Amino acid sequence: MKIKYTDVLIIGGGLAGLRVAAGVKQRGHDAVVLSLVPPKRSHSAAAQGGMQASLANSNMGEGDNEDVHFSDTIKGSDWGADQEVARMFVHCAPKAIRELAHWGVPWSRVQAGERNAIINAQKVTITEKEEAHGLITARDFGGTKKWRTCYTSDGTGHSMLYAMDNKAKQEEVVIHERQEAISLITDNGRCYGAISRNLRTGQLTAYVAKATTVATGGYGRIYSVSTNAIICQGVGQALALETGIATLGNMEAIQFHPTAIVPVGILTTEGCRGDGGLLLDKDGYRFMPDYEPEKKELASRDVVSRRMTEHMRKGKGVKSRYGDHLWLDITILGREHIEKNLREVKEICEHFLGIDPAVDWIPVRPTQHYSMGGIRTKYTGESQTLKGLYSCGEAACWDLHGFNRLGGNSVSETVVAGMMVAEHIADFCDSPESSMHIDSLVIEKALHTQKERLEALLNKENGEDAYVLRRRMEEIMMEKVGIFRNGKDLQEAVDELEELYKRSKNIEVFRCKSRAANPALVNAYRTQMMIKVALTVALGALLRTESRGAHSREDFPARDDANWLKRTITSWPDANQTLPSVTYEDIPIASMELPPGFRGYGKDLTEHHPDTQARQDAVDAVRKELEQSGASRFEIQNALMPYLDKVPPKYQGLNERLGENV
Amino acid sequence: MSEEKNRILKISILRFDPNDPEDFPHMETFEVEEAHGMTLYIVLNEIREHQDNALMFDFVCRAGICGSCSMLVNGRPTLACRTLTSKLDENITLAPLPLFELIKDLSIYTGKWMRGLDERLETWIHNEEEKLNYDKLEERMEPDLADEIYELDRCVECGCCVAGCGNIQMNNDFVGAVGLNKVARYHLDPRDKRTEEEYYNIIGDEDGVFGCMSLLGCEDVCPKDLPLQSKIAYLRRMMVKTALK
Repeated sequence: MKIKYTDVLIIGGGLAGLRVAAGVKQRGHDAVVLSLVPPKRSHSAAAQGGMQASLANSNMGEGDNEDVHFSDTIKGSDWGADQEVARMFVHCAPKAIRELAHWGVPWSRVQAGERNAIINAQKVTITEKEEAHGLITARDFGGTKKWRTCYTSDGTGHSMLYAMDNKAKQEEVVIHERQEAISLITDNGRCYGAISRNLRTGQLTAYVAKATTVATGGYGRIYSVSTNAIICQGVGQALALETGIATLGNMEAIQFHPTAIVPVGILTTEGCRGDGGLLLDKDGYRFMPDYEPEKKELASRDVVSRRMTEHMRKGKGVKSRYGDHLWLDITILGREHIEKNLREVKEICEHFLGIDPAVDWIPVRPTQHYSMGGIRTKYTGESQTLKGLYSCGEAACWDLHGFNRLGGNSVSETVVAGMMVAEHIADFCDSPESSMHIDSLVIEKALHTQKERLEALLNKENGEDAYVLRRRMEEIMMEKVGIFRNGKDLQEAVDELEELYKRSKNIEVFRCKSRAANPALVNAYRTQMMIKVALTVALGALLRTESRGAHSREDFPARDDANWLKRTITSWPDANQTLPSVTYEDIPIASMELPPGFRGYGKDLTEHHPDTQARQDAVDAVRKELEQSGASRFEIQNALMPYLDKVPPKYQGLNERLGENV
Repeated sequence: MSEEKNRILKISILRFDPNDPEDFPHMETFEVEEAHGMTLYIVLNEIREHQDNALMFDFVCRAGICGSCSMLVNGRPTLACRTLTSKLDENITLAPLPLFELIKDLSIYTGKWMRGLDERLETWIHNEEEKLNYDKLEERMEPDLADEIYELDRCVECGCCVAGCGNIQMNNDFVGAVGLNKVARYHLDPRDKRTEEEYYNIIGDEDGVFGCMSLLGCEDVCPKDLPLQSKIAYLRRMMVKTALK
């Protein structure tokens, strides 16, 4: 039996996981990262368009600050986000980006003087300030009041991940590649690490740790078409679920990105529209202004995806052998701009579509893209119910995004959450309560259980084909738990997924019986885990009888704050259950800095909570009084919803901007 | 839609499982009906799902971004995910990239090789004296310089340049174009405070920039079109200058 001890085990080698690893290492704790792939190949690398941080350097970002970023994020979330978490996030985002600049990310910079840009299909001239020259610039993204999305061309995630991985190497973080955590070790309500399978040799190892962090990204691959990398299968969420103790939050909150190419579902960045690209229908007609006259193509992602789907349902889509699609037109941006700032998009168009986006329109349609839900944690990143288990980044629901994430807030979240959660974990490891009390017999038993589980899959006869079950699950999710949802389809989805789940207990690994590198075995156990995750999504969606953010019910079109201003919490306490358990967690209005309101898209159908008006009045009164007494925006914010004491001390300082806090 | 019948592709794959003592390297051919817009990613997944579930290969992003799926396609190193079958003959040969440790079939251990390279070249910003104040404005950088650094930062560590390198076949310690490009990237970056002498100590020998015989297979096969030739030449000039000091 192979057992390894460390202080902090991190499952997942993307931006969030590596940032946690580097952070705890800097605090003097040992860290081991388990990664399915070389960390630089993690899905973080695919983030194209940029990272939101309110630096306010560029002309179109002038006047931006934490308050504006906060308000955009909360509205974007359709008031589903945890407002304290959002405050911590917007406060730390400028620090995170400056840290990454220090570690080597070649952020695109402000060039003083005049430059041309395309805004609302018009050529405009923007003049950048002399004093901003050489500072980090930003582009426009959907759902934001200011140009706030910082970038390196359209390879932002790639540059960030490379800098981060290099930093982790410099910090001598131990990284074990091609290792797959297949089960968490728990004892007496505490998580003590994970059982991991070496994907090359098949060897099982128990990694025993004081703190375990799941940073495995989202679960997009439970859908048949997703922009996600093929490793984003929700295994991290399943690991938590299978402890029976940890909980998941808002699993039904799934984002569809408006512009993935057809048919393969590869993303073209929101930066295409942020930089001035347009959406056109089969007649070459620009339809978004008809639906959303104010924000047009740059409405929030959930809104644009729904409007596109509506428009295609009206027969305005372009017919193709792969179904209907619309066009993304970036030709108006000009070749020079595309070859400098949208290079990945250009390469993708050339290689996968055989077109030149400087000349041709790009066939696009909304495609599964992001998982707002995930492992439910406190603001510290620790599971609400399982001590010693932490999670951050897309894998987690701490809950920054509520029911819709803004473009540019996800890569930003990975590093911001990573830097904060690392401090909380390090504090935990410094405290006596982190001391481990686990019998080696428990560890050996955990190892043995996993060995048996794999042997059972390999030795099964006359069982089910994992591929058949998985493909059916993907289709169900796509057809019945998609952009528009309704009770009938969702009920069918839950029923059928439950049936698939029962069948999945009987999966057999056909022919290929190797105990070492064995893709069939991997597919078998992951399929079992994925179906569980799919069930939490479908059941959460069925039960939530309202529309909020990306969760859009045709039979319940209103956002219903009176009954649904709460988070869906799913767990799987008994391994014999065939459906997850669902409970709810209220989102308290009384402490909100920004009480629920109208997002400003379409018709306002909101059914308000009875407490909303009282809180709004209280907020208005405080604001008025403090404004009259000449209080700063920081003092006003602090009076409404104090949060700074929850931010790790080293990150509590105010952010400097041109003309502020200098 | 076209009435023409789809081609039947004949995909010959070099198979070998080093974990199986009875296995030996051999070619195996699979037939797959071509579809519109088909890539080698789709082909290989079809084979695995419907013909041989043991077939091992590596894809992650499947969008030409992550560099996982480099392999020899008809003998030439390239990214399989973005290789359209329509651009190939109906007989297609696939083999793992040479020089890297083989995991199984088309799956290779590039991660280990690249990690060793990073540790050897210390591919991170060396800036000991300066402690970051998170709250302050970021250090300025000329916009053109940032763009120039990004240009070199675009490397995806796919290993195609290593597989396409004549020199590395004879000298396994050669850092390859991937390594030299990384050094050029940090050399260009004013945030990295390493001196010319320090750089010389890393690559000023036959395992580094003086090992390159200028065959330039690297630049021919680089899927990201990195300016490898000019950067190697630039580094060589810099290192000669330092050596003559």
